[in-house]
Amino acid sequence: MTSNNVLVFSEDREIGFQLLAKGREFADKLGGEVYALVVGLGVTGAHEHFEYGADKVYVIDEARLAHFEVVPYREAVLKAVGEAEPHVLLIGATKRGKELAARVAAALDTGCMTECVGLELDEEGRLKAERLTYGGSSISTQVSNKEPHIATVRSRVFEKMVPSKKEGEAVKLDLKVPESRVRIVERKEKTKGDMGLEEAPVIVSAGRGFKEKDDLKLLEEIAEVLDAKIGCTRPIAADLGWMEEWIGISGHKIAPKLYVACGVSGTIQHAAGIRDSQIIVSINSEEGANIHELSDYSIVGDLYAVLPALTKALKEKLK
Amino acid sequence: MTRIIVLLKDVVDLNELKIDPNTRRPRVEGVKRRISEVDKRALEAAIRLKEQGGGEIASLSIGGGKTRTAMLEALAMGADAAYIVNDEALEGIDTLATSKVLKVALEKIGDYDLILCGEMTLDSLSSQVGPRLAELLDLPQVTYAKKLEITGSDLRAERDLEDMDEIVEVGLPALVSVVREINEPRIPSLMNIMKAKRKPTEEWDSSSLGLSPEEVRSWSSVEVLKVEAPLVERKRIAIKAETVEEAAVKLAEAILSEGVMEG
Repeated sequence: MTSNNVLVFSEDREIGFQLLAKGREFADKLGGEVYALVVGLGVTGAHEHFEYGADKVYVIDEARLAHFEVVPYREAVLKAVGEAEPHVLLIGATKRGKELAARVAAALDTGCMTECVGLELDEEGRLKAERLTYGGSSISTQVSNKEPHIATVRSRVFEKMVPSKKEGEAVKLDLKVPESRVRIVERKEKTKGDMGLEEAPVIVSAGRGFKEKDDLKLLEEIAEVLDAKIGCTRPIAADLGWMEEWIGISGHKIAPKLYVACGVSGTIQHAAGIRDSQIIVSINSEEGANIHELSDYSIVGDLYAVLPALTKALKEKLK
Repeated sequence: MTRIIVLLKDVVDLNELKIDPNTRRPRVEGVKRRISEVDKRALEAAIRLKEQGGGEIASLSIGGGKTRTAMLEALAMGADAAYIVNDEALEGIDTLATSKVLKVALEKIGDYDLILCGEMTLDSLSSQVGPRLAELLDLPQVTYAKKLEITGSDLRAERDLEDMDEIVEVGLPALVSVVREINEPRIPSLMNIMKAKRKPTEEWDSSSLGLSPEEVRSWSSVEVLKVEAPLVERKRIAIKAETVEEAAVKLAEAILSEGVMEG
């Protein structure tokens, strides 16, 4: 039997704050408290978690936790779980968070629901979640029957609370950190450019219809006229390396007022990323391309002809 | 000799999946099943390791009546044997139960040096089974691998994380999950497809594993209540005209009429 408390962890601090808001909601419903776990070496700023809603903050500060490694961090989470005995455990669904949550869930012999887009507690206090499934084409409503109820949640699904002046004392937990059998040989940092896709009101994107990287110039021209951000589908970024990140279920989920997909076929995975767009426009030379089904307006045509013409037409009208 | 087990799941062919317009439920019955795309890349990675350093590859799946057919592709690509846990009573079990069943199946299969799987399957998108299994088996895990190589009894991998690429080394045995970008899977030749039918395939039900379906179902802790496609009403207006220029003008007008260009 667990407590009525909620424990929240993410190695990404911002996501941690977002999860605290949901945790606060659950704790209030359960008549319990929400705790944040912070892990690392030389941990600072733990008090911020109080400002974002935490009733208690556990800090595990050890040399071997300086960088995320799944087994040492699993131990840290299990230690906090042992202390808090939470009814619900929320973990940020970054790549690290997902592998961590799965290992923690296995260690606790309990279930886990991945990348939940919605969370609530049912009348019996069970955690109910909405998740994308079947490649992102559908939403699965699931319920967890075992405690602790574990769910992972991506960035920006929940909004952090407006910070208050709340204060508190962080509780330091000691941990004997196990050796990791995986040796880190090298870390090659990626320049995490902010593509600004989540906030952009207008986005134009490139799919496999583009034949050469230089042809993206056509996209840049229409982006300029529309004052749009530029994005792409997964293969363009991950396989061809023409851009760093992509739009889709495993990448950015966007919600612009206008989304223009150029040479994009419209896979289920991409569809899941653009679903919240207000208006979707597509240009694809294949009449049977799925993107046409996903669009408000579409042209079956060669993007190499249509895009420049569209850019010109828009330029004229927006003068 | 390196013995590699590849976890393969046959899933509904997402390209053929249709949503019932009335119920908004995905129509799964009768849709062709194939090996999940990312799992296939885990298999391709295993085959390349075998081509480089020798070894033996077995696939392990939990599936149903159609799984045997789906796994012929794995055998055709280069797996040496296929093991399938085929028991209708296990349908719908969650990741917790699935990983426990896989653990029991692995005990039956015997020794291995490496377990390979996809980072997630494209139907349920959970990304859990690999790490769960690593936990149950007390194996070190290397997730999100986009490059792999084995030298002796050590595995070296490059992991694709959001903010960095991490190069790691681990002693075998280990569990590795791969990302879609690790490789392009080969298309087996007709000859290999023919040969596949003669490669050993074993199918087990719960009792062959010494388990009762009730026991396995009791392990399952996450229940699916419903699956529904979100209600999306798109206008689906096809812009047509005699010339590209005219079509472009029409489209520009449509976009502006939507008022999405303000503020």
